[in-house]
Amino acid sequence: MTTTQRPAGYAPVPAGTNPPLTFSGYRSTGLRAPSQAPIVLPHRLTEVTGPLLPGPIGPNDHDLTTQHANEPGGGEAQGQRIVVFGRVLDSDGRAVPDTLVEVWQANAAGRYRHARDNWPAPLDPNFSGGGRVLTDAQGNYSFTTIKPGAYPWGNHHNAWRPAHIHFSLFGQAFPQRLVTQMYFPDDPLFAQDPIYNSVPESARHRMVSTFDLDATRPEWALAFRFDIVLRGREQSVFEEPHA
Amino acid sequence: MSATYGVTPSQTVGPYLALGLTWDDGADVVPAGTPGAVLLGGTVFDGAGEIVTDAMIETWQADPDGRFDHPDDPRGAVTPSVPGFRGFGRAATDAEGRWEIRTLEPGALPAEDGATEAPHLTVSVFARGLLDRVVTRVYFPQQAEANAADPVLTSVPAERRDTLVAVPDGEGRLRFDIHLQGERETVFFDC
Repeated sequence: MTTTQRPAGYAPVPAGTNPPLTFSGYRSTGLRAPSQAPIVLPHRLTEVTGPLLPGPIGPNDHDLTTQHANEPGGGEAQGQRIVVFGRVLDSDGRAVPDTLVEVWQANAAGRYRHARDNWPAPLDPNFSGGGRVLTDAQGNYSFTTIKPGAYPWGNHHNAWRPAHIHFSLFGQAFPQRLVTQMYFPDDPLFAQDPIYNSVPESARHRMVSTFDLDATRPEWALAFRFDIVLRGREQSVFEEPHA
Repeated sequence: MSATYGVTPSQTVGPYLALGLTWDDGADVVPAGTPGAVLLGGTVFDGAGEIVTDAMIETWQADPDGRFDHPDDPRGAVTPSVPGFRGFGRAATDAEGRWEIRTLEPGALPAEDGATEAPHLTVSVFARGLLDRVVTRVYFPQQAEANAADPVLTSVPAERRDTLVAVPDGEGRLRFDIHLQGERETVFFDC
């Protein structure tokens, strides 16, 4: 069984979208970014496919505020309750259905439940900070969580990460795989954060959620919309050179 | 037609990826006890040769018959003949910078113009300090003839090809170290 043509792949990430791998303001890139230029890989069968994963998703994975509510002595997470929701689309505007969306974040005090986080802010016994959902047929997803706090880190003098939620998405094929961070509107910490500012200026706003009054839940939760756009398909397959 | 919607930029996973991205069975491309399974793993190093303890490796591959259970494979989606095979592996590096998955060697794949792709896994590397994932491939050491004809491997400068081939590491084990930078820098692809 042979294919005589390469299957249609995915469009390149447009210039001006992604951060460079080496970014002097973010010190950890120094010894980790590859120094040699990547080799261009036309998409073949392994690339036009990808994991279509249904999980693992637990019963409270969509609600990070109640993951410990039913444990002995447990309760709701502390902090300002928020709904984070949006649509996952490709760059042609098509919905990305049934794709796993994973999130992780600090608690309301800006501390992660992780052995390596030694920032002396309180841990919340009722907040683990990880969640998972699948998008629906229209690409919609929604989490209930608490607004994460900002926290200091050792990158530069008086460095603080703006409040953010980490997002991981698979899309429908290997090239659509994306890990990003969602930020909150009008954060005064943007100007000094090299991770946020590593992204070309014209694309930074795509990482910032918008407050959505209509989606708030009265007397219960604020709401922030975060739409995520993954790469779309190639418009046409490149002609392969003939011998 | 140009893209209508702006693609969301990539950001680093940061040092705390384990909170969101580790699964109990993430490293099991095939379940424990699957006949013929191999343990494929290695160490991740930075440009100073130091181990990277906050990285995550993800793998994706065809099944042993060279098929994908995916609608965009032009040959059609095929349910794997191996029970529990999911093609996908995910393993965070440990305190020694090591990652490991349990898998089966994939089949070869048809390529354009009658060529054949040698058995391979495609690999994403995520880590603190990587603002975007980097992508590489793992080829198999016992497939020297197929590797020599592989259209991707042969597009790599000859002196760097061995960074893409796993090495035998004892019965049922293969080692694939990843050097993010430096003299032995792994070949990465713009995918």
